[in-house]
Amino acid sequence: MATPAAVFPPVAFAAVKPQVHWQDRLAQGLLIAGCCTLALFLLAPLGAILVKSVQDRSGAFVGLLQFREYFGTSALKQSIWNTLWVALAVTAVTVPLAFTYAYALTRSCMPGRALFRVLALTPILAPSLLAAISFIQWFGNQGLLKGLLAGASVYGPIGIIISAVYATFPHALMIILTALLLSDGRLYEAAESLRTPTWRKFFTITLPGAKYGLVSAAMVVFSYTVSDFGIPKLIGGNFNVLAVDIYKQVVGQQNFNKGAVVSFVLLIPVLVAFVVDWTMQGKLQAQFSARAVPYVAKPHRAFDAAMFVFCLAVSLLLLAVLGMAVWTSLIKFWPYDLSLSFRHYTYGLIDGGVFGAYLNSLKMAFVASVAGTGIVFVIGYLLEKTRGMRGTKAAVRLLAAIPMGVPGMVLGLGYILFFNHPDNPLHFLYGTLTILVISTIVHYYTSSHLTAVTALKAMDSEFEAVSASLKVPFYKTFHRVTVPVCLPAILDIGRYLFVNGMVTISAVVFLYGPDTRLASIAVLDLDDAGDIGPAAAMATLIVVSSTIACLLYAVATRVLLTRTQAWRKPSTAG
Amino acid sequence: MASGNPFLALGGIRKTFGSFEALKTISLEVARGELMVFLGPSGCGKTTLLRIIAGLEVQDTGTIVQDGRDISRLPAIKRDYGIVFQSYALFPNLTIHDNVAYGLVNRRQSRDAIRKRVAELLSLVGLPTEGAKFPGQLSGGQQQRIALARALAPAPGLLLLDEPLSALDALERVRLRGEIRSLQKRLGVTTVMVTHDQEEALTMADRIVVMNQGCIDQVGTPREIYETPVTPFVADFIGKVNVLAAMAEGGGRFNVGGLSLAVARPDVAAGTAVKLYLRPEDVAVNVNGALSGVANAVAGRIAKVEFLGAFCMVGVQLAGSAAPPLVANVPRHQADAGGFAPGALVTVSLPPAAMRILG
Repeated sequence: MATPAAVFPPVAFAAVKPQVHWQDRLAQGLLIAGCCTLALFLLAPLGAILVKSVQDRSGAFVGLLQFREYFGTSALKQSIWNTLWVALAVTAVTVPLAFTYAYALTRSCMPGRALFRVLALTPILAPSLLAAISFIQWFGNQGLLKGLLAGASVYGPIGIIISAVYATFPHALMIILTALLLSDGRLYEAAESLRTPTWRKFFTITLPGAKYGLVSAAMVVFSYTVSDFGIPKLIGGNFNVLAVDIYKQVVGQQNFNKGAVVSFVLLIPVLVAFVVDWTMQGKLQAQFSARAVPYVAKPHRAFDAAMFVFCLAVSLLLLAVLGMAVWTSLIKFWPYDLSLSFRHYTYGLIDGGVFGAYLNSLKMAFVASVAGTGIVFVIGYLLEKTRGMRGTKAAVRLLAAIPMGVPGMVLGLGYILFFNHPDNPLHFLYGTLTILVISTIVHYYTSSHLTAVTALKAMDSEFEAVSASLKVPFYKTFHRVTVPVCLPAILDIGRYLFVNGMVTISAVVFLYGPDTRLASIAVLDLDDAGDIGPAAAMATLIVVSSTIACLLYAVATRVLLTRTQAWRKPSTAG
Repeated sequence: MASGNPFLALGGIRKTFGSFEALKTISLEVARGELMVFLGPSGCGKTTLLRIIAGLEVQDTGTIVQDGRDISRLPAIKRDYGIVFQSYALFPNLTIHDNVAYGLVNRRQSRDAIRKRVAELLSLVGLPTEGAKFPGQLSGGQQQRIALARALAPAPGLLLLDEPLSALDALERVRLRGEIRSLQKRLGVTTVMVTHDQEEALTMADRIVVMNQGCIDQVGTPREIYETPVTPFVADFIGKVNVLAAMAEGGGRFNVGGLSLAVARPDVAAGTAVKLYLRPEDVAVNVNGALSGVANAVAGRIAKVEFLGAFCMVGVQLAGSAAPPLVANVPRHQADAGGFAPGALVTVSLPPAAMRILG
């Protein structure tokens, strides 16, 4: 029988107001602080752009006048069209290439798959400028293979497209690889038992399974190309695109209002692509089933051979781009004296007084990597592992997602407008290494955040409940359990921020001061001055540093996994 | 049992998630040293109730008194309980020893005292030599024993078990449920366990709370719950039951699909539509003609026979009744004696006292 609640009179009970422990207050305070920091360094600068775009030079409100003027200028309007069609062309080339490459890696038994995978990711280590330098050396006025272009100039859309294909290839490849790896091998077994021909399996299982990945990859390639500033600046010649227009308006003409207007125009396609991508990523996740059995490829001689030839060709092309830049940095005087020397490094960089930029980059990337990883992981932890604060958490999630949809040029312009304002108490940040660090962390926040959140979500959700029942404060469990278990993801975030800190240019091009010039900007300036050898040398230094960071990461991960193998190994008993 | 001085008393606990009412004003008392099981289908609110007791969820209204102390508003970390989850939730990067010691370390105990306590608990759960291993190196059942040791290490006043056996395979589940029960009895720790498995509840509980859609349907010993269910839901959820639509004819007789049966309920007025609940093991089936001197003996034809090991489940279509076949459990030895085949003519008896009218 239901126990009568003798000790409780049958009255209406008052709503329960739980006591809040000081430890919970600490967590809540930290989360609110994180939310405010993100708002300050992301929303406020974007807001400053919005304000600037409806003002004239003297700061008076002029409504949409600036926009009307902008759309009245045919050269600027031409930029919109140029930007869009070039980005579409890059997407149309990169995605099928990356898909075929990913297909070869996952669905064939060709030899050297691991090596091909690594080679395909090398463009990530280089600033986008490197590709432009390399293609100038291959196809430029004094290029080795200039004849192949049959009179067409590499300075313009052709150069932009091939350089951007090089730079975006690994990004597209990683997304499509993930999509293909998630597919369920049992579907193929079922199809085989029904005697489905290979082409039909491809169109009914493989393509539908990879479609979200393909769309997502297309969006990433598209917005990368639209947002990128280094490639069109270096190899674009007189071919105008939006990202370069912002630079010209701001740096060339000091017209911040027009710069803000162009920023808005640039923001639109990137935001659209971002929203599509975000939706697709969600569906890609939902498609993943924990019970899926990985597909195991079976040897097929003709197919494997064809895939091998394809991957070999692509890898050689990728290496040719990187190799040309490295070679350029090592030869004496292009194209007259091809003997090797380090004079571009010694004479060009060190004696030329630009080696400091490289050291700045190292310092900036290192600080951004360490500080950024800490911030990203702590905020991710507070989001996933603390209770309550639903409103703040929703706000933080949104703020963490936005940076991916904001081109670096736009973020950078927002930073000048906001932090360079004489009335801003944070004005002192302007021109310091700190603001470069902050803008880099914010610019690359979204991917880092997703890595952290994915690792945190994979942990048992009851650890915090167990700790509370054992009266252990949450920060102690964070330190003893959460961080050690998530260490691979933490290192991954650190590497990601470091590499991007080394190669980034678009967000920081407006923000450096006389003492805080970065390596990627030095590449741009050296190239502008016609010093292509030292420019290539600087780009090579960036690649070498990124590579070392990745190798360190690989070694650290390996050591970590061996040391902690005992507990990472899946259960062998029971 | 729960009168006087309950160890844990819940009063008017209500919890909503948005517009969904997860718990509808629950009041309940748990006696000191008792093992109380919350039993119900998924979504009935049993886990929510457990988490409210633990302070992991906050009730909208209602009070919780544990050992004379009002803990309604206390955060989890200030309450006094140990908890074991379905997923074990052992810290994967800490050794078994460090896992069990996790709640002891910050209580200013000497290292030796901690080591002694951990050893004591590890032998209590039957794994005295596994301290240096990591959770990933143990089987599921062993991990759950460690989780139990970790929860018990600080000697909490209350032990909460959230579906502790659901992740284990069948054999391990049966073994561990016996171990948990005897350990709990030995330590005398008041325990609340949540499960959706009726067998687990029946074998382990001192008392069972059957929950359905945010309400308590019945609280009672396993025997009470099984033998005298008070609602149709309880009768149906615990064990199997035949449900017969019937019309009272007065004087303790009921019309079931055209048959007039005696039921020990003369109080029901003629013309009342009721449902009769009858356990399959209460139905006697005889293949050798009439059952003499037995009430409610009815002729029928076997519709199907399902072999279930210890007994056969036999579906009997009653002669002269349009109702669906009546299900009866026939012990294996009786079934082996022959005659239990589809189509066979049989006589069944429906004991008047075994048929209950609920709800």
